[in-house]
Amino acid sequence: MDIDKVFKALADPTRRRLLDLLYKANGQTLSSLCVNMDMTRQAVTQHLQQLEDANLVAIVWRGREKLHYINTVPIHEIHERWIGKFERSRLDTLRNLKRRLESDDDDKA
Amino acid sequence: MTMTKPDYVYVTYIATTPEKVWQAVTDPEVTRTYWIGRADAPARVNVSDWKVGSRWEHQRDDETHIVDIAGTVLESTPPRRLVMTWARPNEFDDETTHSRVTFEIEPQGDGVIRLTVTHDDLAKDPKMLASVSGGWPRVLSNLKSLLEMGHALQPPRSAP
Repeated sequence: MDIDKVFKALADPTRRRLLDLLYKANGQTLSSLCVNMDMTRQAVTQHLQQLEDANLVAIVWRGREKLHYINTVPIHEIHERWIGKFERSRLDTLRNLKRRLESDDDDKA
Repeated sequence: MTMTKPDYVYVTYIATTPEKVWQAVTDPEVTRTYWIGRADAPARVNVSDWKVGSRWEHQRDDETHIVDIAGTVLESTPPRRLVMTWARPNEFDDETTHSRVTFEIEPQGDGVIRLTVTHDDLAKDPKMLASVSGGWPRVLSNLKSLLEMGHALQPPRSAP
């Protein structure tokens, strides 16, 4: 999945709002999303299409109903690449410090 | 297409083959390398013969082999579709408490597959609903990393 598409899709307040609405109530139809959006149905459709292209929204068909689901897998990849691994290195630092301090104690004993 | 309304739908595109994804979900030798959470927690593996009607277990991959989740295999069509129920082990006998997980693997051409994980029927169990919501994205992005780059995003760490 193209990560540029994910960042472009997230770089817009309307699309972030759509994701927030899906977070609150997952699996909504276009009509139910439009109730909370102050814009035309066509505009909402276009924003949803961009979210879908970025794999931030997944579609499930229930009969003739098109349900929209927030898909957080690409956001998780971003988290891992730019946040998770930095947290881990901090945890590693703490663990190494603990190890060093404890081995100092051993030297004194 | 489905007639029920899923609670969660997670999708990832992976540059790999359907067979490798199937193996990654069903073979503990592969599962233990990416089904990992906190660095100090054991990996998880899925254990079953994967025949329809068989029991499957989501076990801790350590000496305890504690079963965190158990269920029944409902559909097994390698390497395309796997459907199973999902329950706490102590509620295994009460099928009304079970939710349902579907793995769907669809080739997209150009050596890419689309993996969709759908979790249904969770609404009756709000605690389970909350606990699995964060888990799937982590598992799927680790799986993608394993199959595309040869290692999971968070390599399991040996105990200090």
